Amino acid sequence: MSTLQISIYRYNPETDSAPYMQEFELDTQGRDIMVLNALEMIKQQDSSMAYRRSCREGVCGSDGMNMNGKNGLACITPLSEVVKDNKLVLRPLPGLPVIRDLVVDMGVFYKQYESIQPYLQNDTNPPATERLQSPEDRDKLDGLYECILCACCSTACPSFWWNPDKFVGPAGLLQAYRFLADSRDTATRERLARLEDPFSLFRCRGIMNCVAVCPKGLNPTRAIGKIREMLLSNAT
Amino acid sequence: MVTNITNLGRSGLSDWLIQRVSAIILAVYAVFMVLYLLFHPGLDYATWSGLFSQTWMRIFSLLAFISIAAHAWVGLWTVSTDYLKQTGVRFAFQAVVMLAIFVFLVWGVQVLWGA
Repeated sequence: MSTLQISIYRYNPETDSAPYMQEFELDTQGRDIMVLNALEMIKQQDSSMAYRRSCREGVCGSDGMNMNGKNGLACITPLSEVVKDNKLVLRPLPGLPVIRDLVVDMGVFYKQYESIQPYLQNDTNPPATERLQSPEDRDKLDGLYECILCACCSTACPSFWWNPDKFVGPAGLLQAYRFLADSRDTATRERLARLEDPFSLFRCRGIMNCVAVCPKGLNPTRAIGKIREMLLSNAT
Repeated sequence: MVTNITNLGRSGLSDWLIQRVSAIILAVYAVFMVLYLLFHPGLDYATWSGLFSQTWMRIFSLLAFISIAAHAWVGLWTVSTDYLKQTGVRFAFQAVVMLAIFVFLVWGVQVLWGA
């Protein structure tokens, strides 16, 4: 068995004048481990290497990174899925400022998420127990609420790369539709009004990079289409 | 909510709708033109001029010209806001594009009704 060649983006702004790629060799003993496991083994070789991780099972969304050119979660991506010709190139999520190595500043991503007001808004008096929903209405939230905000989708989107301050991005828009589709939310009109300008939603060109990379198998492009339909039926 | 004053319809929704509708009109016009040319292999000036002397063809053509003007403005405005980050450069580009579209549109009307 030959050893795996791993090339990792390194940048420490305190000591490096520019980012560079560092080569590592890793003996996986023929096992098909996850990329995160490989990173942890590399961390044993060089403890200065920085990356985010937490749950290691695709729930927390901390270890989103670019693996051989495709965004995904390192913890649930087996080597067999990404390694080509025994080589693996790991880079931080594209388009976001790098804090160090594979750690990016998610500030602008969270700001866009905040802009869609990701919480239930209801101006009627709350009932004594809870706001009930029919099973059919609850079904409408499937495929929306599962998002873990790992930013794999938004950082795979060229529209988000060019205008991260103006375009909400696929992750934010998926959540925008999650509240637009919620039968208990009464702020639909206000939510739609905030999205009808040429940037917030309409900068989506429907190239579906977001769908291709989502580690949870969600479909932001479909949600964006649904919001567009809602805007259109309101305005025509 | 992002404010814009240089896009065509002042709203992303109207720009989006204009882009879709104009695309359909342009597709119909293009298919018509290709079919017309295929069915008139030895096309001469009299036939061509005869086609454009009919009112319905002038209306159809003007509709296509207006569609391409709107389509180009929405599309190139989007490209400029994606790639031209310096305000002066972006505004200059938008001004040149808008002027060109206006000139071509007026010229097109003159060609259609002038002959």
